[in-house]
Amino acid sequence: MPRTFVKYRSLWIMVLPGLIYLLINNYLPMFGTIIAFKDFNYTDGLWGSGWAGFKNFQFLFTTQDAYIITRNTLLYNAVFIVFNLAVALTVALLLNEIRKRFLQNVYQSVLLLPYLISFSIVGYLVYSFLSMEYGFINSGVLKKLGLPPISWYMEAKYWPFILVLVNAWKYIGYSSVIYLAAIAGINHEYYEAARIDGANRWKQMTRITLPLIRPVVIVMTLLLVGRIFYADFGLFYQVTMNTGILLPTTNVIDTYVYRALIQTGDIGMSSAAGLFQSVVGFLLVFSVNLLIRKVDRENALF
Amino acid sequence: MNARSNAAVPLQRASRNRIRENSSAAQLLIHVFFVLACAACLVPLLLVAIVSLSDERSILANGYSFFPEAFSLDAYRYLLGDAQRLINAYGISILVTVVGTLTSLLISSMLAYPLSRKDFPQRNLLAFFVFFTILFNGGLVPWYLVYTNLFHMKDTLLALLVPNLLMNGFYILIMRTFFSTSIPDSLIESAQIDGAGEWRTFFRIVLPLSLPVLATIGLFTTLGYWNDWFNSLVFIYDTRLISLQYLMTKTLLSIQFLQSNTQNSNIGKLLSEMPTETVRMAMAIIGIGPIVLAYPFFQKYLVKGLTVGAVKG
Repeated sequence: MPRTFVKYRSLWIMVLPGLIYLLINNYLPMFGTIIAFKDFNYTDGLWGSGWAGFKNFQFLFTTQDAYIITRNTLLYNAVFIVFNLAVALTVALLLNEIRKRFLQNVYQSVLLLPYLISFSIVGYLVYSFLSMEYGFINSGVLKKLGLPPISWYMEAKYWPFILVLVNAWKYIGYSSVIYLAAIAGINHEYYEAARIDGANRWKQMTRITLPLIRPVVIVMTLLLVGRIFYADFGLFYQVTMNTGILLPTTNVIDTYVYRALIQTGDIGMSSAAGLFQSVVGFLLVFSVNLLIRKVDRENALF
Repeated sequence: MNARSNAAVPLQRASRNRIRENSSAAQLLIHVFFVLACAACLVPLLLVAIVSLSDERSILANGYSFFPEAFSLDAYRYLLGDAQRLINAYGISILVTVVGTLTSLLISSMLAYPLSRKDFPQRNLLAFFVFFTILFNGGLVPWYLVYTNLFHMKDTLLALLVPNLLMNGFYILIMRTFFSTSIPDSLIESAQIDGAGEWRTFFRIVLPLSLPVLATIGLFTTLGYWNDWFNSLVFIYDTRLISLQYLMTKTLLSIQFLQSNTQNSNIGKLLSEMPTETVRMAMAIIGIGPIVLAYPFFQKYLVKGLTVGAVKG
């Protein structure tokens, strides 16, 4: 046995549980991706099942599903990224303008609260507003205005708006805290120099704050772009209450893979969609990291 | 967070005061904006809380309302009548959260620490091993089959503890960065010269000095376990193993779930008496309780933790 191994054997024992876990939870499933090329059935298991070649992918891509889930996943994530960035940045800049530290903390804490709440609960909150018979919007607003009630959980067309709002509600506090921290990290001498030169608050914001937090904003955004092929399962499953009729506008790759696996038991199609997601996701993260390295070497993942 | 040098204080105070005078209208507008934004965050919670305290008849007549005609504790009384299920779900959630978080912190830090040791020969290889899990994954299906067919975790407590939640590549990298930047090499060397072995050095010197990062990662792991319902959704069919979040998911999707599994024999009677709508919302309030009650205490650490995570050290 090499001497270095003996010298560091305690450290090797230390890393062992973690390595085994990653092996089971992360690496074994990677090898399992060959299921996508198999005609899988439970009785024969992974090795016994026959090969299917690219048939699973063929089936997947000849259905309407592949188009819908890809489009939905990409479009939702794109809108989330742009909308949340705009609002969170505004919130952070405004929070920074608040002179009373106490109130700044209060606002920040309240805005962060939704981030802690699980999607099981968010599902309830949305239901309390949108329930057909008793929901606040139908019975508390539309009825009082003399308008007919809307069957929110029956009509797919409303959901792009609802999901964008719910996503913003949950995550804007989180991003704005990070942007605010970046702003707080800016050296104060810049502002003092600017004030002496007669710059007003607006000038300070556009000429100092924004340019100096640009790297953080770019890195955060690129990280999200790298994950654009993955959807927030909780948002699309719980908030829509897993309603089949809404699928045209609420089905995303993640919920599709889940339904194909658990509800319809279509393992071949499900793993083909999953592999498609992982490969495209990998390419995106990889290329996004190249971009980050160009923008800001320090913040690159690798 | 606002690191300001002491020397600059007089100048700053003067100019800050001037700004306040100059833009009091703007300040007012900003405050109005934030009061509205905070209301948007709180109002949905408030609605659910009020409905849960409303009289069922006023809900049936007027729908969910912030000002119901009559208040009533019937929903909570009903839930307490069949408290067994709730207590069981709470127990599962607490057990899984505590055991999961402690195990996670232990094995994550034990993996992260050697990666931070500059003299450990395999650190780069291992770092890549950790790191690659962030980049690529096998997808849901093979992951599911590994846990159900290979390890037979379906319908066991382990299914709530182990899959995905136990360890996260990002957290390990954050910990490694903390260890390598905040714990001086000389400290570790001198401990070892004094005769401390690797384990002693790790548990007695490195971990106690790493409380900030342990608290941060521990907080996120706790939240991850407490809020998790996905593992239950995928792996759990046994009603005895239902966690709080999953109980809520099932109750939202079908109020019948609460009714159908009661041990109570006179189900028909219960069904007719159950204040369905208010019970649903009371369920949500009971589930949300612990997080909201604990929030003021860990709010400060959460903000610090987010910042650590974002800056990536």
